Amino acid sequence: MHITVKYFGQIVEVTNTQEETIEVVGSHISDLVGVLNSKYDQLEKKDFQIAQNQELVSLETELIGLEIALLPPFAGG
Amino acid sequence: MSDKKPKNVFREGAISSDFIGNSIYKHQTKTSIGAHNIFLGQVRADEIDGKTVAAIEYTAYEDMANQKFHDIREAAFEKFELTCMHIYHSLGTVKAGEICLFVFVSSPRRKVVFEALEYIVEAIKADVPVFGKEIFEDTSHQWKVNN
Repeated sequence: MHITVKYFGQIVEVTNTQEETIEVVGSHISDLVGVLNSKYDQLEKKDFQIAQNQELVSLETELIGLEIALLPPFAGG
Repeated sequence: MSDKKPKNVFREGAISSDFIGNSIYKHQTKTSIGAHNIFLGQVRADEIDGKTVAAIEYTAYEDMANQKFHDIREAAFEKFELTCMHIYHSLGTVKAGEICLFVFVSSPRRKVVFEALEYIVEAIKADVPVFGKEIFEDTSHQWKVNN
């Protein structure tokens, strides 16, 4: 499955891109994170939440093919 | 009253005192209001390891953030007897001393606006995907995290 992944804040300092398409074998968020961790070796040190289709999800959530975002700690206000 | 479609809460750069003053002025025609309450978030010149924060550069996952602001708005209207509510948040660079968040609630009665404002500001801090890069005077940076 091809997934569009967006990166924000300090995560961009690890990926050096704000958005890309990732090919995932497997059907859960954890499978995608596995691919990203092998692509970016600094990613595991970063604190982030994951949104799918703009809703926060867990590693056990199924991938539905919609946009994923890696969100570092919030700092609004 | 509340709209169904999320509004764009974001403004480029700092929120000016003219803009804030004008927002207050525009409510003078709404004479059922007896109490306003306003929260202004200001960029603080924190000193960390001998370096001073000169500005915060804000970015956001804008679509999700606007949806979250919308959800907070809907929940606040549900929970409190508010006449109206306005939220504005900066994107881009906001210098120390400038305003980056403006929340404005109005109601017939004062008790409601105290409670509502705290509820809204805390929800914004916790739930909205906004990111802040604290830029020091020597141009180095660190990432801000809400507590």
